[in-house]
Amino acid sequence: MSADVITDIEQAEEGTSLWQDAWVRLRKNHLAVMGLCVLVFMIIVALLTPWIAPYAYDAQDLDLGASPPSAAHWLGTDIFGRDMLTQIMFGGRISLAVGFIATAVALIIGVSYGAIAGYVGGRTDAVMMRLVDILYALPFMIFIILLMVVFGRNMLLLFLAIGAVEWLTMARIMRGQVQALRQQEFVEAAISLGLPPSTIIRRHLVPNAIGPIIVYTTLTIPGVMLLEAFLSFLGLGIQPPQTSWGLLISYGAETMEEYPWLLIFPGLALTITLFSLNFLGDGLRDALDVRGSKD
Amino acid sequence: MNLRTSLVLIALTGLIGCSAGESNVERGNREGILYFGNGTEPQSADPHVLSGSPEVNLAVALFEPILGRNPYTLAIEPGVAERWEFNEDRTAVTFYLNPEARWSNGDPLTAEDFRWSWQRALNPAMGNTMANSLFVIRGAEDYHYGRNPDPDALGLHVIDQHTLRVELSYPNPFALIRLTYIYTAPVHRATIEAHGKSTDRYSAWTKPGNFVGNGPFTIDDWKMQRFVIVRKNPYYWDRDNVALNGIVFRPIESSNTEEKMFRSGQLHATTTIANTKIPIYRQQPEPALTEGPFMGSYYYMFNTRRPPLDSLPVRRALALAVDRETLANTVLAGTAIPSANYVPVGMPDYTHPAVLGFNPEEARRLLAGAGYPNGEGFPDITLIYNTLENHRSVAVAIQQMWKTHLNLDIEIANQEWMVYLDTLENRDYDIARMGWTGDIYPGVFLDRLVTTGTSNRLGFANAEYDDIILNQIRATGDAEVQMALYAEAERVLLDEMPLLPIYTYTNKFLAQPSMEGMPSNLSSMINWKYIKLDPDAPAWKWTSLDP
Amino acid sequence: MWRFISGRLLQAIPVILAVITVTFFLVRVAPGGPFDSEKAVIPEVKAALEKQYRLDLPLVQQYTAYLGDLAQGDFGPSFKYPGRSVNELIGAGLPVTAELGLYALLFAMLVGSLSGIIASLRPNTMQDYVPMTLAMIGICMPTFLLGPLLVLLFGIELEWLPVSGWGDIPGDKLLPSITLGSGLAAYIARLSRAGMLEVLSQDYIRTARAKGLPEWQVVGKHALRGALLPVITFLGPAFAGLLSGSFVVETIFQIPGLGRFYVQAAFNRDYTMILGTTVFLSTLIVFFNLVSDVLAAWLNPRLRTQYASKS
Repeated sequence: MSADVITDIEQAEEGTSLWQDAWVRLRKNHLAVMGLCVLVFMIIVALLTPWIAPYAYDAQDLDLGASPPSAAHWLGTDIFGRDMLTQIMFGGRISLAVGFIATAVALIIGVSYGAIAGYVGGRTDAVMMRLVDILYALPFMIFIILLMVVFGRNMLLLFLAIGAVEWLTMARIMRGQVQALRQQEFVEAAISLGLPPSTIIRRHLVPNAIGPIIVYTTLTIPGVMLLEAFLSFLGLGIQPPQTSWGLLISYGAETMEEYPWLLIFPGLALTITLFSLNFLGDGLRDALDVRGSKD
Repeated sequence: MNLRTSLVLIALTGLIGCSAGESNVERGNREGILYFGNGTEPQSADPHVLSGSPEVNLAVALFEPILGRNPYTLAIEPGVAERWEFNEDRTAVTFYLNPEARWSNGDPLTAEDFRWSWQRALNPAMGNTMANSLFVIRGAEDYHYGRNPDPDALGLHVIDQHTLRVELSYPNPFALIRLTYIYTAPVHRATIEAHGKSTDRYSAWTKPGNFVGNGPFTIDDWKMQRFVIVRKNPYYWDRDNVALNGIVFRPIESSNTEEKMFRSGQLHATTTIANTKIPIYRQQPEPALTEGPFMGSYYYMFNTRRPPLDSLPVRRALALAVDRETLANTVLAGTAIPSANYVPVGMPDYTHPAVLGFNPEEARRLLAGAGYPNGEGFPDITLIYNTLENHRSVAVAIQQMWKTHLNLDIEIANQEWMVYLDTLENRDYDIARMGWTGDIYPGVFLDRLVTTGTSNRLGFANAEYDDIILNQIRATGDAEVQMALYAEAERVLLDEMPLLPIYTYTNKFLAQPSMEGMPSNLSSMINWKYIKLDPDAPAWKWTSLDP
Repeated sequence: MWRFISGRLLQAIPVILAVITVTFFLVRVAPGGPFDSEKAVIPEVKAALEKQYRLDLPLVQQYTAYLGDLAQGDFGPSFKYPGRSVNELIGAGLPVTAELGLYALLFAMLVGSLSGIIASLRPNTMQDYVPMTLAMIGICMPTFLLGPLLVLLFGIELEWLPVSGWGDIPGDKLLPSITLGSGLAAYIARLSRAGMLEVLSQDYIRTARAKGLPEWQVVGKHALRGALLPVITFLGPAFAGLLSGSFVVETIFQIPGLGRFYVQAAFNRDYTMILGTTVFLSTLIVFFNLVSDVLAAWLNPRLRTQYASKS
């Protein structure tokens, strides 16, 4: 009997937590790791933009106008002669911010709401979901116009407005999941053990439902970013002179025949970011899938 | 099979498309059917209800006013009236209607039709926003504004079935131009009254099957958001001079889509074209782009009741810091005529008052003199515009000019149209974009800016200006004197600078070479009678240009 | 089951009523009236117009009058298009949007489910990566980017397909349907793959395989239900998503559908049109949610008993 053996046994008994397991699994998924790296890169660039952007954001050169990529302007210029790389960097700040914050709002509201509805069931559930139906059927555009008018046009409002629309689907999905999970034995066991509902929801239902929630969250962020783009174009979201990837894409799509780079580069930026988010989301789902971790 | 059915079949076949690969344009050329891209879905075909240009384009095919207009020279031509005479002092004009003039159901067109129609157009209950076209008639303005509810007080006299005498509100040499506008078109009383009250805006009388009009064409079929098909009116008095057999109006909101449809041979002509596509079309070996100036003015309004815009030097400074030339040549691709005058450039027989254009040093001097040297201490203000690519481009460029030359950080914001109008109504803005289109007559631009003008949203109130417009001009019947007075009024206006003129509009649209009769003119008007199609011509082909 | 359905139907009525009420009052609060225009409407004329459209009555009276009309199926006159009733407008736009939505949905379900299922059968191989990457593209590309690109490629460069219209030229329904359905197809692909994977990892699947059942039976009979469940749950919101997506697609391809009418009405402050379309669409959404829940309950018997015992 040597000291090594005892140490091994001790280490073996230490065990690993759920999240450590997940991290190990995630690391093995190369696409997810790549997605994570790209995402982190995008976020860092977005945060540092005011210091590292090659040109001033509003530096126009009207005589130059729209020009294809060149040594001076790596990604070309827009119709005002503004450097596209700079535009895309600043646009990214806004797009990412809207994406994350609005989704976070939707997530918090939606998950709580759906979990409660699905868990409690019965009349309360019926009422809560009817409320969701009502809100769903509201004319979204009017709702947003109204909000913009009453509270003035600002980004915070935009986040809230988008979040207020996106949480509905989150709630429905969560509720569906909770309903299905509630039938499972381990939940019934927890109930019979006398655990309070909030604990059950928090400790058992949410983690087990997390797979679809994460998948749906990573699907929501791009949805939110696209929603913001559409709103901005109509004049309800991000306003010029501020910009976002969505806004840049809208402008680019109009002139895509004459100046394709105005569309391609913002499109690439958005697409790559969304790809990363999705690969990462997939990886997380696989990594966190409790039921999938047999043995 | 009668003409009607065969026409509908022809047009529908054109829409459905035939597998031989013949385009709408080619078939249309053969069969005399024009395919026209007409912007938004027409709100109404009732000439006393409509106001937008898609509606006008449709209505000028369906109705004919008392006078017509040549699209090449803009000269006044016989319409329903075959001739007309002014009296001695030009306070009244007598119209002699063409006895051949008929409605599309065969009924004869009489002077009484005009009296009834014009009264309907002016009736306040009608809600006609273009009733001012008829204000040349004595008593019309009072009647329309409810000051005198008696319709018989209008200066309209039916002498006999084909003779109408009109008393003018003041000796106005340009009165006749107003009477060529489609808003003054006659309408068929029996048809209207068969479908509701005469002042009902919501009535079925313009639907295909019910419709009766007096124009060169009449409604054949109308599918919302898909097409309006009109066919030649067999009872039209000048039908022998109408070359087209029918027109298909396609409502197309996006200019990009419209351009693609033109390129693929689905349209003979478009309503507009995006600025960014213009350079390419200018270089096409076979020309398809029609360009030309027209009487429209693009400007920014100052809210002169709000500081710091209540200060004249500040307004002047802002105006002098705008480089209109560069703006027109770069962002607007040469599709605008830079102008620091409010009345459009090219107004015939009119001499613009001289104005300073672009002078950044003077601008800076004025701004400093107003208390904001180098832009310091300048309050936050916002420039607003309605959501449209063109307006955004101009705003972004000008915002930067104000920054570069005056070191001012002025915000810009866009609003969608309905909200925008509300904002303007409530004078809740600092600087706002506006455009005003009109005709070869400065009054269209200047009359509305009197202190009591209903569309005067500038807060501009100048007694001298009012005097010129309301008194002096109306007191003289001499066209030359009136023009000089209008120039004087513009000078007064620009001295006070409640607005910032930027450019004069131009027409820009695509037209198939196989089509003739749609020239660019100063009033931006279309006269469908003049359109001819070459039956053997192929559709225009796009030539790829090397970069 | 019938109790479940009828219970939900009854619950739908107050929902729709609430929608009407909330929309009615919301619309009135938003700025901009239907008669604003550049050539400002003089007060007298505006008053006459308001009278004609009942806008001069107190709000509550307008509301009750509207409900009365609604009960008779009359959505009222359109403000923006005098001479047209909202019924007419909805009647003109609805069949078009329904057809577009149907094709898009069929495309999405077919292509989406198939891709998802195929991908789940061989996870982390090319059979998985290829469909999932395509699905990713479908999600990441906005409709207003995909549409114009497809038009540019197939309509302008290759000249295979028409660039706009609906029912005008043979083949013009293809591009819009694919554009609208692609985003949904991507979602469905991912959802069905995720659902499939969860089901395939279940014990009873192991058992079925151990029993020696052929793979197609394992997948077809047992796994499919579980895989489709998340998709079915998603159909309710998918329908709503299709509707809002239809606006962009209908604009790009110039399709005269209800989606386009609807947003135009919002910008035009066409009150009656907004109200009418909202009532219509909310009724449809509620109905679709019901169908979605019924299907979910049918597929998952445990949910059915829960509802049956509680209703």
